[in-house]
Amino acid sequence: MDILVCISKAPDTTAKIQFTDGNTKFDENGVQFIVNPYDEWYALVRALELKEAGGGSVCIITVGGPEADPVIRKALAIGADKAVRIDAQPTDAGFVAGQIADYAKANSFDLILCGKETINYNGSQVGGMIAAEMDLPYVSQAIKLDVAGATATVERDIQGGVEVLEGNTPLVISCAKGMAEQRIPNMRGIMAARTKPLEVVAPTDRPALTEVVGYDLPPQKTEVKLVDPENAEELINLLRNEAKII
Amino acid sequence: MDRYEHHDYYLLDDLLTEEHKLIRDTARAWLKKEVSPIIEEAYEKAEFPKQIIPGLASIGAFGPYIPEKYGGPGLDQISYGIIMQELERVDSGVRSTSSVQSSLVMYPIWKYGSEEQRMKFLPKLASGEFMGSFGLTEPDHGSNPSGMTTNFKDMGDHYLLNGAKMWISNSPFCDLAVVWAKDESGRIHGLIVERGMEGFTTPETHGKWSLRASATGELVFDNVKVPKENLLPGKSGLGAPLGCLDSARYGIAWGTIGTALDCYDSALRYSKERIQFGKPIAGFQLIQKKLAEMITEITKAQMLTWRLGVLREEGRATSAQISMAKRNNVDMALKIAREARQIHGAMGITNEYSIMRHMMNLESVITYEGTHDIHLLITGKDITGIAAFE
Ligand SMILES: Cc1cc2nc3c(=O)[nH]c(=O)nc-3n(C[C@H](O)[C@H](O)[C@H](O)COP(=O)(O)OP(=O)(O)OC[C@H]3O[C@@H](n4cnc5c(N)ncnc54)[C@H](O)[C@@H]3O)c2cc1C
Repeated sequence: MDILVCISKAPDTTAKIQFTDGNTKFDENGVQFIVNPYDEWYALVRALELKEAGGGSVCIITVGGPEADPVIRKALAIGADKAVRIDAQPTDAGFVAGQIADYAKANSFDLILCGKETINYNGSQVGGMIAAEMDLPYVSQAIKLDVAGATATVERDIQGGVEVLEGNTPLVISCAKGMAEQRIPNMRGIMAARTKPLEVVAPTDRPALTEVVGYDLPPQKTEVKLVDPENAEELINLLRNEAKII
Repeated sequence: MDRYEHHDYYLLDDLLTEEHKLIRDTARAWLKKEVSPIIEEAYEKAEFPKQIIPGLASIGAFGPYIPEKYGGPGLDQISYGIIMQELERVDSGVRSTSSVQSSLVMYPIWKYGSEEQRMKFLPKLASGEFMGSFGLTEPDHGSNPSGMTTNFKDMGDHYLLNGAKMWISNSPFCDLAVVWAKDESGRIHGLIVERGMEGFTTPETHGKWSLRASATGELVFDNVKVPKENLLPGKSGLGAPLGCLDSARYGIAWGTIGTALDCYDSALRYSKERIQFGKPIAGFQLIQKKLAEMITEITKAQMLTWRLGVLREEGRATSAQISMAKRNNVDMALKIAREARQIHGAMGITNEYSIMRHMMNLESVITYEGTHDIHLLITGKDITGIAAFE
């Protein structure tokens, strides 16, 4: 089975978030980037497990400039066989999904996996859009995935329970927590990643569908009041008279 | 919980390659998952956590610079330093185990060993299947190893080894020891002594208040018959073990920055969270003085050590330059550990924080691999041309 895993870079969770250009651009200066955890821990690792169990290959794909190469190398160190970088800035979800779909159409894959969202933009759009572009079935936020022959069985969390779905490959799946366990690369993997192929592909001609007009930081956290666990009365008093929520 | 955040005040990460950073992130992620959660207990029980050996091997902590043909990852000197820094950020004892294996066991076999010795031992040492120790110090010869009395006689078809080594890291569980001993003419040679050779025992040293998560013991040789092919043929004289110490001391220079960073990181976070007199203690001038001096000293050490790494990679670092970095950085880390402990107030004496453990560990680090004062005298000799320690 040949699996395509969509990877994007995301700021390290400890990064300081700032904006430039009149609050329309994320300031990447001094920011450490990591592989988006949903892409890495769940989509990529599950893809590797499926390959280890049933053979095939795992190719990772990212839309971005050369600044994305470090996260690509990390994904290769974890175990992907090859990488593709579509050489264009990932302007919006429609553009990114279109680029990935164009590549995937030209090269056949049995499964296309991505993370359920990136931890910075939380868009959750790319997977669905790839499926739409390619006219493939799509399952979002999967927590479990097994493939037998050409049938994929997928589980997703739903309110109060689990939904079990079946579909024929090829299909597109976005992966959520539970799908697999984080894999820390080892030195052999890091060494092997040096020589694994990274193909840089020119983008196809597609417009971005949306434009960012501004970003705002969330309001500053207000001060925390600590109430002694013995003192429920004070807590009730504060909730009633100060916060006025009961 | 390991809440460490990296501190890089002068953006020295720009001097690293992407692969260096990947190696660091890998070591950090593995340590956070596998070692941070168990290290306090290992320290309290005074047990080396043997279960981490395969993991140490997988992140490249055993002989990072050993070429691939001998089972190592063939990394550069900066990568070696980076791995040591991550290990020691978590515990100096874990770093010690890895330093000994890499610089004091694999290094001499690689540099001074025969091709057969390299092929026989290095791959198994790189994978952690074999663990090694290094016997230089003796009960009566610490700072002055050239006075050693451990000796071997040529018996025709083998050597007969007698004597005892003390304060030997990894000794209690080592599969082999690189032992420095004098031949009949008084010249120092390295011998590979393997567990199971008759007359070779490794009693453990108990009662340490420092490096408790690293096992220390003796190497005792009572008429041990050592096969002739176990002598390291490539180099003899005191310069041979000193070459190994250069490599290990270089690793310590990087490692102790890790300890200092961990203490600083913890002190910075604690001082911003701890409220006294109605505000975070980080808002008081005396606390700021401590924190500001810590990050200044760390930044200086980072710069010095990175430069030393480049020189070492180019084969230009002198032993005296390595002495300066080892001495400076251990002392810097120890001072930061003490100040950081004060910033944590009473909490700082508990095992909720790693600071007391680091501080106690550093008392060994400032003594082994050449004491603080001996390194000063090495610098003194280097700049004046006059040895003040003989
Ligand atoms: C936990 C631990 C692990 C160790 N692991 C190993 C190991 O794996 N292998 C190994 O071979 N050794 C190991 N050592 C031994 C270590 O290298 C020695 O302890 C060190 O070299 C100092 O020797 P000493 O303890 O005999 O002190 P001494 O040499 O007796 O020194 C005592 C004091 O006198 C000072 N002093 C000595 N000579 C002079 C001088 N000429 N001028 C001024 N001051 C002087 C020293 O600076 C020191 O302050 C380890 C030690 C410890 C604590």
